[in-house]
Amino acid sequence: MAENKTVKFTIMRQDSENSAAYEEEFEIPYRPNMNVISALMEIRKNPVNVKGQATTPITWDMNCLEEVCGACSMVINGKPRQSCSALVDQLTQPIRLEPMRTFPVVRDLQVDRSRMFDSLKKVKAWIPIDGTYDLGPGPRMPEKKRQWAYELSKCMTCGVCLEACPNVNSKTNFMGPAVFNQVRLFNAHPTGEMNKSERLNAFMEDGGMQGCGNSQNCVQACPKGIPITTSIAAVNRDATMQAFRNFFGSDHD
Amino acid sequence: MAGNREFFNRRLHSLLGVIPIGVFLVQHLVVNHFITGGPESFNKAADFMGNLPFQIVLETVVIYLPILFHAIYGLYIAFTANSNVNKYGTYRNWMYILQRISGVITLIFIAWHVWQTRVAAAFGAEVSYDMMHDILSSPFMFVFYLVGVLSTIFHFANGLWSFLVSWGITVSPRSQVISTYVTIGVFIVLAFIAVQTLIAFV
Repeated sequence: MAENKTVKFTIMRQDSENSAAYEEEFEIPYRPNMNVISALMEIRKNPVNVKGQATTPITWDMNCLEEVCGACSMVINGKPRQSCSALVDQLTQPIRLEPMRTFPVVRDLQVDRSRMFDSLKKVKAWIPIDGTYDLGPGPRMPEKKRQWAYELSKCMTCGVCLEACPNVNSKTNFMGPAVFNQVRLFNAHPTGEMNKSERLNAFMEDGGMQGCGNSQNCVQACPKGIPITTSIAAVNRDATMQAFRNFFGSDHD
Repeated sequence: MAGNREFFNRRLHSLLGVIPIGVFLVQHLVVNHFITGGPESFNKAADFMGNLPFQIVLETVVIYLPILFHAIYGLYIAFTANSNVNKYGTYRNWMYILQRISGVITLIFIAWHVWQTRVAAAFGAEVSYDMMHDILSSPFMFVFYLVGVLSTIFHFANGLWSFLVSWGITVSPRSQVISTYVTIGVFIVLAFIAVQTLIAFV
């Protein structure tokens, strides 16, 4: 009978930032079209593990529930991805949920992704348009270029590419794949281009772009299908030219 | 400007792997191939290479210093990686980890190889067919050399691929696929030359 169908979960839990991680198993009744988040909500209603012991509800981050905010990213059956778009019907059970440990774990499946936002601040990943007076309209962007840039702009800073990257770890301070893409996006914008050298120079500083080892996991892992490795090579090319300009001197930039 | 020594070191590491180390490797493999023309022909070539003018300067600038930097910085790169081929079994991720493993094997091999030939020569041994024949006649040393040489060639060929990406020469996915095939070709050609040479010494 369909009513007896259940879904099994193995969840890596951690009570606080510095406490030890432990596994806890759960079994909840199956409903059609469940995703990982609706299952976590089901557990939260009545937090009892598979042994019948009462436990604390699981903590995780979520926001948009339609795979555009990136907040609900976690490692599901070994792969980092968004839990909102992870459908229970498509996953092998028991479904294993772990936090993205590349980032500091706050509690259970919730991680602190601030390092990504700090990196974006360092490389000035924005378009400066504020002034003390009206600067007027900026240069127009050709439609073809806009469509291309739109693909790069899909990055939601979810952190999946950092989790998949073998070089983002506690031994280096490499900013991670996503930042290459953001630098390329803002350098490609007709107004953003005016600060291209600033962005490149900030990205070329220690702990910036040089940790990349070309394993190309990022482009495989990206839930938005962003051509990250193309962005990496493109920014590498720009950085090469910038380094030459810095070293030999240039009458502009 | 805050420090960008890392950027400089990393790019220098990438460049040195191709120029001069890669160029030297190809030259070394090609000159050794003279052995297929017989011991006499190898001795003539080894004699020519061993008696180049400014030999010690050439060796230091073209070989010792670049390899030393490439090896030390390469070890740092290799040991700051957290490989995850178990999760991402893609071709590139395997190349990534093999590049690091082959780098370490190559370093061990080159250290031994320099000790056994160049350092020995500095202490009076003669670099000749006899020297290499004696070394490679031992089955253990033959396998050691075979693994070491193939690992070196792999590291060079695959390193050539990532050099092209790191400097932004191959940007598009298609160009990176083409350079994958070209560097596989480089590996096959050099491996063929090297294996033929090793066999000819025995």
